[in-house]
Amino acid sequence: MTERQIDRSRPIPGTTVFDAAETRRGYALNRFCMSLTEPGNREAFKADEDGYMKRHGVAEAHRRMVIARDFGGLMNAGGNIYMVMKIGAVTGHGLYTIGAMQRGETLEQFLETRQAKGAR
Amino acid sequence: MAGRIIGGIGSSHVPSIGVAYDQGRTQEPDWKPLFDAYGPVRDWLAAQKPDIAIVIYNDHGGDFFFDKYPTFAVGAADRYGIADEGWGPRPLPEPEGDAAFSWHLCESLVYDEFDIAVCQEMKVEHGFLVPMHLCFPHDPAWPVKVVPVAVNVIQHPLPTARRCWKLGQAIRRAVESFPGDSRVVILGTGGMSHQLNGARFGHINPDWDNDFLDRLESDPDSLTDLTHQQIMEEAGAEAVELIMWLTMRGAVSKRATRIHRNYYAPMTTGMGLIAFEEPA
Ligand SMILES: [Fe+2]
Repeated sequence: MTERQIDRSRPIPGTTVFDAAETRRGYALNRFCMSLTEPGNREAFKADEDGYMKRHGVAEAHRRMVIARDFGGLMNAGGNIYMVMKIGAVTGHGLYTIGAMQRGETLEQFLETRQAKGAR
Repeated sequence: MAGRIIGGIGSSHVPSIGVAYDQGRTQEPDWKPLFDAYGPVRDWLAAQKPDIAIVIYNDHGGDFFFDKYPTFAVGAADRYGIADEGWGPRPLPEPEGDAAFSWHLCESLVYDEFDIAVCQEMKVEHGFLVPMHLCFPHDPAWPVKVVPVAVNVIQHPLPTARRCWKLGQAIRRAVESFPGDSRVVILGTGGMSHQLNGARFGHINPDWDNDFLDRLESDPDSLTDLTHQQIMEEAGAEAVELIMWLTMRGAVSKRATRIHRNYYAPMTTGMGLIAFEEPA
């Protein structure tokens, strides 16, 4: 018996379910992100962002988003949050900055919506 | 002589907790309620002196990637490395495993029809490390041997809530058939409500989280009916991590007493903590 776990007739507003479609279209992008868990690769990426991404098979549209620090775009292009955060680890964009971009807010605007923003 | 589960702990594993900890900011006003809440759990563990901690967690791209992402993976090594998640490895000692215990656990689980991946090399990351350093002293070394159990909660299809609960029950059978007198504590980690993707980034639901904690205590079977859809709708896409708490609860008996509980939701995640003690 197959129990249904995701109800595709009830999409959740503002939400991406990281499923087969997402992981397939984001595969090369996410694989490049994973490569940044090696310190030497982080240095190589910093030295030549576009060249490094080309060598890792990242599509041109995605390379442009990385160079523009368009984290909202990357998240809409099959990027997995835990992978995309590894780009931010190199470029100095933290989770809450990436989150604010997805909400269409500045970091300051986003932080104002939180209970205890010192806990970050 | 047989192994014994002495209790179980449910804990958040939010990575920012690890950053605050490494920076020595645990007594800042906005962090203090989180860190101080672990005092009673640390004291209880220090008195109980477990030999082994089985830690149910998920890998967020610390060691595993989507080229081969296991649904359930169990560590079977005598030592585990610290993963570099992109910021460099954290300054924590490498946890020691107990390969003989792990292999017994793996054999018992597979013959119990849980088709796990057995990992003789595994690097652990924040999902594992944050609850560990909140619960145990570790300077210069951890006081327990560990078994990392990684669950896929990030790339759908995920195992069902009920499957995770049954995994806990199978872990209990494995522990109780171990021919040694090991005292085992089990940690279920992750959650609670949170969402990190999309325009709904930052969604949390403290009422839902507290109901989950209530039911975990008094009616855990009812939680095994939750679908991923229901969890995501109410508590956010990343709240599906809570199915790992059901593995912990499935491994702990219904006779266990809830000895500690805390909830704090300062930023984007409901940070839950609960501890159960088995009767002596
Ligand atoms: Fe997590």
